[in-house]
Amino acid sequence: MAKPVEQLDSVVIRFAGDSGDGMQLTGGRFTSETALSGNDLATFPDFPAEIRAPAGSLPGVSGFQLHFADHDILTPGDRPDVLVAMNPAALKTNLRDLPKGGTLIVDTDAFTDRNLKKAGYESSPLDDGSLADYQLHAVPLTSLTVGALKDIDGVTAREAERAKNMFALGLMSWLYGRETESTTTFIERKFAARPEIAAANLKAFSTGYHFGETSEAFAVQYEVKPATLPPGRYRQVTGNTALSWGLVAASKLSGLGLFLGAYPITPASSILEELARQKAFGVRTFQAEDEIAAVGAALGASFGGSLGVTTSAGPGVVLKSETVGLAVTLELPLVIVDVQRAGPSTGMPTKPEQADLLMVLHGRNGESPVPVLAAATPGDCFYAAIEAARVALAYRTPVYLLSDAYLANGTEPWLIPRIDELDPIEVEFARAGDGEFLPYARDPETLARPWAIPGTRGLEHRIGGLEKANETGNVSYDPENHDLMTQLRAQKVAGISVPAQEVDHQEGADVLVLSWGGTYGPVQAGVRRVRAIGGKVAHAHLRWLNPFPANLGDVLRSYDRVLVPELNAGQLLQLVRARFLVDAEGYNRVTGKPFRAGEIADAVQRLL
Amino acid sequence: MTEQKLALKDFKSDQEVRWCPGCGDYAILAAVQGFMPELGIPRENIVFISGIGCAARFPYYMQTYGMHSIHGRAPAIATGLAVTRPDLSVWVVTGDGDALSIGGNHLIHALRRNVNIKILLFNNRIYGLTKGQYSPTSGQGKVTGSTPMGSVDYPFNPLALALGAGATFVARALDIDKPGLTAVLRRAAAHEGAALVEVFQNCNIYNDGEFDYIREDKDARTYLEHGRELGSTGITHDETDFATAFALAQLSWEADGVLPLGVFRDVPRDSYDELVQAQLDNAAGTGDLQALVSSGDTWTIG
Repeated sequence: MAKPVEQLDSVVIRFAGDSGDGMQLTGGRFTSETALSGNDLATFPDFPAEIRAPAGSLPGVSGFQLHFADHDILTPGDRPDVLVAMNPAALKTNLRDLPKGGTLIVDTDAFTDRNLKKAGYESSPLDDGSLADYQLHAVPLTSLTVGALKDIDGVTAREAERAKNMFALGLMSWLYGRETESTTTFIERKFAARPEIAAANLKAFSTGYHFGETSEAFAVQYEVKPATLPPGRYRQVTGNTALSWGLVAASKLSGLGLFLGAYPITPASSILEELARQKAFGVRTFQAEDEIAAVGAALGASFGGSLGVTTSAGPGVVLKSETVGLAVTLELPLVIVDVQRAGPSTGMPTKPEQADLLMVLHGRNGESPVPVLAAATPGDCFYAAIEAARVALAYRTPVYLLSDAYLANGTEPWLIPRIDELDPIEVEFARAGDGEFLPYARDPETLARPWAIPGTRGLEHRIGGLEKANETGNVSYDPENHDLMTQLRAQKVAGISVPAQEVDHQEGADVLVLSWGGTYGPVQAGVRRVRAIGGKVAHAHLRWLNPFPANLGDVLRSYDRVLVPELNAGQLLQLVRARFLVDAEGYNRVTGKPFRAGEIADAVQRLL
Repeated sequence: MTEQKLALKDFKSDQEVRWCPGCGDYAILAAVQGFMPELGIPRENIVFISGIGCAARFPYYMQTYGMHSIHGRAPAIATGLAVTRPDLSVWVVTGDGDALSIGGNHLIHALRRNVNIKILLFNNRIYGLTKGQYSPTSGQGKVTGSTPMGSVDYPFNPLALALGAGATFVARALDIDKPGLTAVLRRAAAHEGAALVEVFQNCNIYNDGEFDYIREDKDARTYLEHGRELGSTGITHDETDFATAFALAQLSWEADGVLPLGVFRDVPRDSYDELVQAQLDNAAGTGDLQALVSSGDTWTIG
């Protein structure tokens, strides 16, 4: 008999287990089912940098948080409503985030003396009453899975055990009435080469689903109705995938070949891998010997008339600054993507931070202006990549595009773009004219110099890192010329056409929240919370960090107080205070986690 | 379209050459400019890329496309250009500090990949532009500004290093030996893939006389010939045999009284750019971007 169905408007689930337990896969599948069920959603995969930390240990815990709702949401959720803990270590590291009264599902089979000891438990929390404040569902997931698979030929005990994540997925799929066909198809495809493993995983999935239906441990089933999103066709996308496709789109829109120079680095590597698959688009990917060669090769490709791109994270980007400086003075197009992660040095490779802003703005020798923009959401990475390429090509300049570890791996429903509706990127190479060719003559509007690529007869010329005479580009040590060239390079970047800053204003608000980059979701969600309880607050989210929108100073000065929340020690804060002489205040955290909407709301409340 | 026959003067840029009077670089520049017409390639399809150092000023003096880049990085920059523009003839000009110290990593990887670039390594065994510090090819005991008691660094053997890196073409020439240098340039240009040419070059300011034993005495110059014994070394040269090339690269004037010039190794291997292009040509898929962004599980709202 069907169980009663309770309506919910939003749910946050966190799957947590050992790195080898397949939590990312489980979370990813649940996300797909949820997307196909029509909910709005946001995800936050949170995993260690170690590929397989010792089994059962605290550092080896891998988590995947998913927030889904019947309305438009912006973040993966501050705290889970439901925690699925596959072992004691996962329980230990995640329980602090579960509010009292939250639902807790644990695999009792994993609560062995050995595992409890590894997680630092003196006694089993399942027995000592310490979980009394939660709705605990203690389920022997592993033994139920192994028992269900015992009749499938060719599956070892170990393989049967490993299917326990599919049991958990099946159970959760029942609990929230998820669409299951896509997972069935997924399992069949993924294990096509090993039919017995496919059968085992399908069986584990359906057994978990039926366990929910029949077990008395679960009295109700929940339903989250589809969300009302703008009409159109959707898919899920991660920031790194969207960014990769944005680069391919920029190549198509400009008619230039895409060349990516990259060196493997977390969390940027998946851009290299995605673009390496896109050879049908003429994409050339070059896995270089180091970060320096990666950007060097990209600049060489740009010199030859390609769209040269390099992708990395902070510890790699810092190595590229020498070549970016060369690109500044050569005035050639180049896109440098920094998928920011927690620093300094190696820092926390899989955790997000926004602390590279001042590095990309100022981290070069000499007066070396570079445009900088930042993506706001995973899906926005697509458009930000096109924008970065558009400016690099139009102004013949290196451009920094900032993403972060949260956007890189997080997903959201993405309204699939109509490629034929994207604006083309006009690129014109220099052609031989009548007079002498002047490699550093400038377009009066953009101040861009001509892009004369090798192979063009009559335009043979030399460029280099030494200071160049205005117009001729010949080596020059003339004092006034250096001053002039420095000003011209600065004016060119300062004059880049950037859209006016839009403000999500609220009538009567005298507090403005100014954010940038990957914190868009949590900050906007925090602002909505304040408004929901009657607070008046405005929100502006910056795409361009250099140059700033021309009206930004006016925007900032039109509010009594300005709050700048950042996942750093106050970098944009410093810039706007210095530039606009406004007494802006910071809200700064570097925990390796995205902001919670709740803490943003609290920070705003303190100013109201 | 009929190509106008080019001459040496057509490869001279309008820039004043600013090396020290008497520098070996002048002779190399003249030899390269003299050889270029023979290539039969229009000037606009030739690119010279350099790093930093005295040698790195070379592109400014060539009436071709050129880039004077940053210290040690020329092979990396040239790789991006060569891979995206297989129609160009790409040359790298570098020195012993540029190629073997700060840029050592880029050099060995360009060679192992067999990128279609020609690398001219001007080896004067000294840092000239920074006024005379020892370089990675300076001998032990070398007294310089930064080694007042003599260098304790053991030097690189550039040819052995290139061979070890898997180079498919390795040669050596002498700055003032125009026929010998031209012959090597001809072979390097004809080679498909990466070519490393070490050019002994005299720095008359900071390391004068380093190669006098063969610069001053033409009879002391010994040239490699494929299939022939080198001098009285007992080694019969085989350009396709690694061990032979490696053995010949070990010979030194001081220890063996003979220092081979010419082509040490020349073997065919698919170039990196050809292999990359072949993958693009054979790539599956339609190149339909709308299909790509619409792939996977999708759903419709509204």
